[in-house]
Amino acid sequence: MPQVLKDHRVIEDNWIPLEASSETVPEGDVLLTYNQWQDFSEQLPTHNGSVGVIIEGNAEIEDIVEPLLNLPLIAINFPKFADGRGFSIARLLRERYNYQGEIRAVGGFIRDQLYLLSRCGFNAFKFSDDTDLSKAANSLQDFSETYQVSADEENPLFRRR
Amino acid sequence: MYKYDNYDHKIVNERVEQFRDQTQRYLAGEIADEEFLPLRLQNGLYVQRLAPMLRIAVPYGMLSSHQVRKLAHIARVYDKGYVHFTTRQNIQLNWPALEQVPDILAELAKVEMHAIQTSGNCIRNTTTDQFAGVANDEIEDPRPWCELIRQWSTIHPEFAFLPRKFKIAVCGSEEDRAAFLLHDIGLQLVKNDAGELGFEVFVGGGLGRTPVIGSSIRKFLPKEHLLSYLDAIVRVYNRYGNRDNKYKARIKILVKAWTPKVFAQRVEAEWEHLKNGPSTLTDNEISRVKRFFSAPDYQSINATESADNLAAIAADNTAFSRWLDRNTQSQKQAGYRSVTLSLKPAGVAPGDVTDKQLETIADLADRYSFGELRATHNQNIVLTDVIESELYNLWQQAKASGLATPTIGTINDMICCPGGDYCSLANAKSIPVAEAIQRKFSDLDYVYDLGDLELNISGCMNACGHHHIGHIGILGVDKKGKEWYQIQIGGSANKNASLGKVLGPSLARDQITDGIEKLLDVYVENRIADESFLSTYQRIGIEKFKERVYAPST
Repeated sequence: MPQVLKDHRVIEDNWIPLEASSETVPEGDVLLTYNQWQDFSEQLPTHNGSVGVIIEGNAEIEDIVEPLLNLPLIAINFPKFADGRGFSIARLLRERYNYQGEIRAVGGFIRDQLYLLSRCGFNAFKFSDDTDLSKAANSLQDFSETYQVSADEENPLFRRR
Repeated sequence: MYKYDNYDHKIVNERVEQFRDQTQRYLAGEIADEEFLPLRLQNGLYVQRLAPMLRIAVPYGMLSSHQVRKLAHIARVYDKGYVHFTTRQNIQLNWPALEQVPDILAELAKVEMHAIQTSGNCIRNTTTDQFAGVANDEIEDPRPWCELIRQWSTIHPEFAFLPRKFKIAVCGSEEDRAAFLLHDIGLQLVKNDAGELGFEVFVGGGLGRTPVIGSSIRKFLPKEHLLSYLDAIVRVYNRYGNRDNKYKARIKILVKAWTPKVFAQRVEAEWEHLKNGPSTLTDNEISRVKRFFSAPDYQSINATESADNLAAIAADNTAFSRWLDRNTQSQKQAGYRSVTLSLKPAGVAPGDVTDKQLETIADLADRYSFGELRATHNQNIVLTDVIESELYNLWQQAKASGLATPTIGTINDMICCPGGDYCSLANAKSIPVAEAIQRKFSDLDYVYDLGDLELNISGCMNACGHHHIGHIGILGVDKKGKEWYQIQIGGSANKNASLGKVLGPSLARDQITDGIEKLLDVYVENRIADESFLSTYQRIGIEKFKERVYAPST
């Protein structure tokens, strides 16, 4: 079973990405790209299992967010780790739209970004390579104090110091 | 000067440990080169032509004598005994060993210094006026605001992987000494009609390949909204800046593509959500940070008497008088002057200082300048708050250490990047060009007669030497593997900032000093009264300069 780092723990990952060529949505917890999610919109209300959607960092999140908020999982794809747009999208989901479900990083992000990603609201990390998840979890703890407001900290340091 | 509390110490120490772990994993082969690259860059570490280079942050240019002694120690123990002051008020070590960088960072952390975000596609060191707090024309001391920006930008969770590097400058005075219009964000402290403090916000300025002067997107931002407004600007940039082509990735390209007006609307729309949120600065925090920059214990001095005494000493000593004239300036506190220690003696790379000189600088700061000093974007050191009656003693000590070259603001006080001698990006060497110019124009009477003249040299179009905004700018270019130099004239970094115009075809290295001499001849022949080079150029245009430089030799 594939694994995912979620809420600081390494757990089995039940989510199955839907293949690009797929013509139907199989049973179970499926992860669809935004386009697939729209293409299969008629089937999904009767789907047996959960549905999550993968969005890209360049998503116009303001325009598409409303129906996403009902999903248990929103994944944000990193085409490469140096592309930081997903950090902003996650914060908007958590802080502006008050999304409480799982926000999962997928794609090309790296272990040394975990601390910042988690500050922005990501709580699950699905590596695309063979990164050791239990070792990677250490990087979530890189800092114990922070200056700024973010998804995980309501007040900047100057209101707490 | 700002002092760390336990929180600041903790964050910087944890950063050192984070990078130590990353370095160990890299050396053990657990992190790939391309993944380690942004991690090391965001800790100041480049891999250069000859060795790694470590860029140490000097937030808004402020240093204490204690910190400078630590830098001297680091230069001696971990490097070859000298450091380089950059055009962003930072310090570079040219020869550190990668394995030792975490130890260097740990040493720096002990004296409240770091190298966080001195490189990479993130928010860089915030810069300001080297005369902050003492300038005659100051509206408000910019340093507390720079410190607030430093804390906000340090390990900002959202903005560590921007499309490109991001630089902020704050100007607190009438005259601009921070080139703030040439930054991704330029903040001008202003007061509104009700006397309340705020910022005029400029975006999209910058040098590099496509030099642009920043555009005003907000005339008045009340001071308490500074951080949320910055969040809004950088978020818009992070989401919409170009990520496909690194040469089109700076915010200036986005602002230009959208127009400043549309960019401003997008920022305002984003800010509507953030305004009055928890990042809104509190009066408590503003006064807490301001307290660190309160005025030192000034003596009450009889200004006339002090000026008379100084004039009497100067009258007897031409060398002192020259230095007093060029390297010191009045400040708003009567009886005190600010001294610029020159890091531009001929024969030394502009901005380079040895460990011994650093120790002398620290001693001078302790003795004459309340233990503080400032790095300038012109690559010199400023000691403020020097009592006038001590200037002669200070001058003698500075002179003995090679720190009193009396050429501040002249052609020989050039800004110069490390160039092809060190930098792997450079197309051409810049240090030998600077030296050749200094040697050619060594007659001080001639140099003084030319007056204020900014000559800036960059070894490539990345423009670290600010060639676009020099009255005379020199840009190193590569032509079929040979080093050539393009000359630009008419650039200026003041509030009426202008970008230099290319004079004509590039010159070979051995033609540059003659070319510069011809430019100066045209100036001297055409100036009216005490008109500066820049004003003469603005009046007569580029043609006469061009004709002279490219006239066939007779």
